[in-house]
Amino acid sequence: MMNRKTSVRKLALLCVIVLVLPLVLTGCHGSGGLKEFQVPARFDEDRQYEITFWAKNDTNNNQVQVYREAISAFEEMYPNITVNMRLYTDYGRIYNDVITNIATNTTPNVCITYPDHIATYMTGNNVMAPLDELFADEKYGLSGSELKFDGPAMDEIVPEFLAECAIDGVYYALPYMRSTEACYVNVDLVEKLGYQIPDTLTWDFVWEVSEAAMKKDQDGNFLVNGQKTMIPFIYKSTDNMMISMLKQLKAPYSTDAGEILIFNDTTREILKTVAVHGKSQAFSTFKISSYPSNFMNAGQCIFAIDSTAGASWVGTHAPLLDIAEDKLVEFETAVMTIPQFDPENPRMISQGPSVCVFNKQDPQEVLASWLFTQFLLTNDVQIGYAQTEGYVPVTLKAQQSAEYVDYISRMGEDNDLYYDVKIKAAKLLMENTENTFVTPVFNGSASLRNAAGQMIEEVVKGVRRKKAVDDAFVDKLYDDMASLYRLNHGDEQTTVGEKKAELGPLPGMAKGLLIGLGIVWLGIITYAAADMLKKKRIRE
Amino acid sequence: MKKFLALLLILAMTASFYAFAEEKFTTHEEYVAAELQSEVLVEVYVQATQSWWDNKITVYAANEEGAYFIYEMACSEEDAQKLVPGAKIKVAGYKGEWAGEVEIVDATFEFVEDETAYIAEPVDVTELLGTEELIAHQNEKVLFKGLEVVSITYKNDEPGDDIYVKVARDGAEYDFCVERYLTGPETEVYAKVGALKAGDVVDMEGFLYWYEGANTHITAVTAAE
Repeated sequence: MMNRKTSVRKLALLCVIVLVLPLVLTGCHGSGGLKEFQVPARFDEDRQYEITFWAKNDTNNNQVQVYREAISAFEEMYPNITVNMRLYTDYGRIYNDVITNIATNTTPNVCITYPDHIATYMTGNNVMAPLDELFADEKYGLSGSELKFDGPAMDEIVPEFLAECAIDGVYYALPYMRSTEACYVNVDLVEKLGYQIPDTLTWDFVWEVSEAAMKKDQDGNFLVNGQKTMIPFIYKSTDNMMISMLKQLKAPYSTDAGEILIFNDTTREILKTVAVHGKSQAFSTFKISSYPSNFMNAGQCIFAIDSTAGASWVGTHAPLLDIAEDKLVEFETAVMTIPQFDPENPRMISQGPSVCVFNKQDPQEVLASWLFTQFLLTNDVQIGYAQTEGYVPVTLKAQQSAEYVDYISRMGEDNDLYYDVKIKAAKLLMENTENTFVTPVFNGSASLRNAAGQMIEEVVKGVRRKKAVDDAFVDKLYDDMASLYRLNHGDEQTTVGEKKAELGPLPGMAKGLLIGLGIVWLGIITYAAADMLKKKRIRE
Repeated sequence: MKKFLALLLILAMTASFYAFAEEKFTTHEEYVAAELQSEVLVEVYVQATQSWWDNKITVYAANEEGAYFIYEMACSEEDAQKLVPGAKIKVAGYKGEWAGEVEIVDATFEFVEDETAYIAEPVDVTELLGTEELIAHQNEKVLFKGLEVVSITYKNDEPGDDIYVKVARDGAEYDFCVERYLTGPETEVYAKVGALKAGDVVDMEGFLYWYEGANTHITAVTAAE
């Protein structure tokens, strides 16, 4: 039997284990116990570094080529640094792969990303390299004295774009490219319906024209295009759709601290409006139907909202096409700001890739990664990449360069490098930079964004599946989204979903089984009661 | 009393039987005729799957009546391992159409015990290339013979992602694809297709997927006889 002294020792040991284990485990989790990054005094060029760069392109091999040329030029300047690139065409895949690799301490060194995603990466200990000190470093910082390339100074980065890369007041990324959303309009079809396009599109106008386009002839062909298919209004990113509508209406979405405010009455009204036009089939989404530009190029869509970074795919003479030549129709494309509730104060989202640096055991490796990251902001890379799509360079240095100014001025000279729709899309953002906005970034903001879009998707699918999109539907949707995306329900705004929605009628099979069970229990009880009565009578 | 109890039990069994009998499967003919976003319930056999991701899996499925493409069906990683060719599943979802591809979306499934493992034989549809009749075979395992390779292009301009294959027959060109989530770089077919050169004449087998027109997902390639 254990004596008291041994018992006390064992208890003490147990207490120590219980107290220390969580620290050990949490220290190991994610970061593998990485130390906070400190900028080295000098970059050791006598050593060899191999860094990995996870890059994203828009299924556009010209962008891949710009990345390759950038890597090649950088490796020429820094022969001791090898950059291995892994290509993605989907931000979601990058995000998932990074999350997986945080657990095994195998994150890339440099990664194209969104600040929303960085906020989640940061939940691991020192996973990310904070960039403030690197920005300011005299030798290796922005326009530092020891750089082997002509990078931008901090004040040469567009302030709005740089600000998007700060999380809780600390920079964790550099902007790489910026875009916004544009509403690409088939002018011919709008006019055929008897409308004139206003200077600024409004939601009312877009809904009205879209409904007007739904009229069919006796054979089931749409009058406006003479085809069996017509989806007048298609939105590519429903996340952005909900977010932009809420912003334009000055309605709550979230606080900077991460309080979830989206489940409100304005959202409810937006969803009900979407339901009306989803039901009439005047409105659809990329997830439900396909790329807006494909429908538009086939004359089957009037208003296609997509990124300005997708402009090379829009229009009769688009350099990138995904539909057969015989389906392509001739039409005039207008590139406009997305529809507004208040045309005097237009608001549109700022989006586009940023680039972040992951922390590593070796600060020299991080410094090498930072040098490459900065190199992506040099003029050749910025202008080269921006020209592949309707992107805008993130540095004023590139935007104001003679090369870029010349590029913009030659809009429409050809249907390739100077493709007019693409350059109009880039100009749209440059002319509206002060009207752009981003949503607050916090751990969970990526999920909130997903929920914002999914609500629209669910409503459109819901009405087409003959469901009534009423308050009960929206209540349940709020609950489902909060649960699926683990959005907290802590405050009053988010308790809308606490009114537990009806779960709907039971399926027939379940009903039958329950009835059956009820009958069996009734039988058992009846039998038992009868048996008791019988015994009682016998005793009497 | 015993008679009463027997009657109750019969009633209970009838109710339960009714519950199961109510489950009505959608025939392939009904599926084809159904409106988009209609609810469907099918019993099918797995023919192939794309890689599992984010608790979802995309399935190429078939039964004796026809073929189905089930897009991003809810599925645990553990269950995904059991979705092998020939496995029978009951799938509930909605009929959708994306870029011309008719598919079952928002689907859930359960395994069905069945010792039969139905694997559809590829159907030779070479003569239907470029015709409107081809779409009747959408999602089926099909075979095309005597195609001349025009070009081989990697999605990201280098091996690793999808391979776009343009082929020609009787003066017209057609698009095929090696879908990396179905047959990735580690597979024999990926390597074989990647090694094809313009002018090679091949037979190709695959699932007749649709993306703005026929866009077969290649599963096997051999030199044409």
